[in-house]
Amino acid sequence: MSENEEKEKNLQSKNNSENNKITEVKKDKKKENKMGFISTLFSVPVVSRRAWKVWHRNADVFMKTYKTNFIPPFIEPILYLAGLGFGLGGFVSEIDGLSYAVFLAPALIAISVMNTASGENTYASYVRMSFQKTFDAIIATPVSIEDVIAGEMLWGATKSLINATIMLVVIGAFGLLLSPLAILIIPLSMFVGLVFASISMCFTALVPNIDSFNYYFFLFVTPMFIFSGTFFPISSMPKVVQQIAFFLPLTPAVTTMRALATGNVSIDLVFSLLYLLILLVFFFVFAINLMKRRLII
Amino acid sequence: MKNIRMKNVNPLNNIEVEINMDIPVVEGRGLYKVYEDVEAVCGINFSIRKGEIFGFLGPNGAGKTTTVKMIYCASPRTSGVLNVKGLDVDKEPRKVKGIIGVVPQENNLDPDFTVYENLIVFSRYFDIPRKVAEVRANELIRFMNLEEKKDVKVDGLSGGMKRRLIIARALINNPEILILDEPTTGLDPQARHMIWERIRNLKTQGTTVILTTHYMEEAEYLCDRVVVMDKGKILVEGSPRELIQKYVKKEVIEVSDNSGKLRKKIESLISSEPEFSNIEVDSFAERVLLYTDDADALFKFLSGKVSLHETLKETLIRRSTLEDVFLKLTGRRLRE
Repeated sequence: MSENEEKEKNLQSKNNSENNKITEVKKDKKKENKMGFISTLFSVPVVSRRAWKVWHRNADVFMKTYKTNFIPPFIEPILYLAGLGFGLGGFVSEIDGLSYAVFLAPALIAISVMNTASGENTYASYVRMSFQKTFDAIIATPVSIEDVIAGEMLWGATKSLINATIMLVVIGAFGLLLSPLAILIIPLSMFVGLVFASISMCFTALVPNIDSFNYYFFLFVTPMFIFSGTFFPISSMPKVVQQIAFFLPLTPAVTTMRALATGNVSIDLVFSLLYLLILLVFFFVFAINLMKRRLII
Repeated sequence: MKNIRMKNVNPLNNIEVEINMDIPVVEGRGLYKVYEDVEAVCGINFSIRKGEIFGFLGPNGAGKTTTVKMIYCASPRTSGVLNVKGLDVDKEPRKVKGIIGVVPQENNLDPDFTVYENLIVFSRYFDIPRKVAEVRANELIRFMNLEEKKDVKVDGLSGGMKRRLIIARALINNPEILILDEPTTGLDPQARHMIWERIRNLKTQGTTVILTTHYMEEAEYLCDRVVVMDKGKILVEGSPRELIQKYVKKEVIEVSDNSGKLRKKIESLISSEPEFSNIEVDSFAERVLLYTDDADALFKFLSGKVSLHETLKETLIRRSTLEDVFLKLTGRRLRE
């Protein structure tokens, strides 16, 4: 009898110590969560060259259907230029000394860069992450989650570059590029594409489901599409709107591309590029850290 | 005890392999995984030897998948020790993942690619040179009987073929350790037996296999050693045969019982017979189960009772299985 009691006591104390350990661990976790979010967000991610393997995977899929993939960037500028540039442009005399079509054309490239990277790193990345479980499959190999997310964003930017290059050729064929500096729009589109890829990826890391991307496009992408000095100069808007538009990421993208296409290069170009660089560094780091937080649990 | 040649490691599969008893390939000590509201794994200890097939068994939510995910570095541990070939999984994830092949519970093949392309694309993640990968991919397609589907996209495969492809993919890096998380769930018997046969084949080649499963038949057939888990803890550990001997009697008599009174009746009948004093009685749904070391004697005795004549017509006498052990240890109550 007493032996049994002792056994039970031992068992109980064993259980108790185990429970204590678990509560301790839980407490630690909660502490971590309270102060951890900010340090998680700002920790420096380690990305290896293996990110390009993920890029390569996406490029392989793209090349399987390259014929259909190349049509939109070919048609899009023609539609916009025909409808807005030459149609609406007939009612607009000149903007900043440029014909409306010349004013509009480089903005179309910037818009396409934004849309391409945004589409790729929201819907397409989300499908790969959530429905196809492609990320899960890859991180069971020596490729890390940091590599996967970096590779995804590099691919989004590359798609921007591909589309921008095709558009540049079409727009050039219409005689709307006034300066040989326009060729620099090609590398710039990769850089700007990476900015939008990073912002999009942050959003993808936070959305509860795929329908939430509607918010991203209606509340962020569409306003930028209209208010970033794309179809009319920012200076023609009320002061408040101007101030907001000044900070929209598409604004410096449009400014720099227009400067290169028309040859009106000034010191402003440097500030625009610097602003884009700051956006890139922060959102690139946030995207990787937020994704890691979402996927590695 | 070094490199002894072990015969009949598992009496059900007569495969002879050299097992190095000294170095565990995977070792977990005091391993915890605590989520904010759930304790998935609560301080488990295990050590997996080179060349064996090791099974994690347990009902849904027992912590099997969490444990193997920690082993293949997909989920960081909360505390404890977890080494693969002496490497800490959290410190050297790239090295660890390089020598492991993973068959996850959920199919995550790449639907944008064909069977062959799935293997080639995956080989790149391991830095396998293209030429080597091509040879290996073709070998694996043959090994898993997928030749006819080589250039078919994943969507065009049946469930069994997808599973075979995912095993082929897990083998692309020639892994020393193969982790299979419920490899045959939802497959027909033909596909299941084919996969079992391949797993045993890999064992003969020296691959260490870690398996989670709900199917006790699968564990009994394949595993050298198993642990039974429940609620994040390991309940027992041993070879399937050892566990059957230790936790249940040799044989089972199953009697169907519509009245719900049979259990009491039998219990009162055998209680007066010292010969049957160590019989264990269990009942579940409309069945009464009698665990005994001598089913013939017990059945003879029960058949002699006139009141049981009708009832005993629908009786099954069988050998005890790992499933009996499993249900005894984890209970018959539904989990979800």
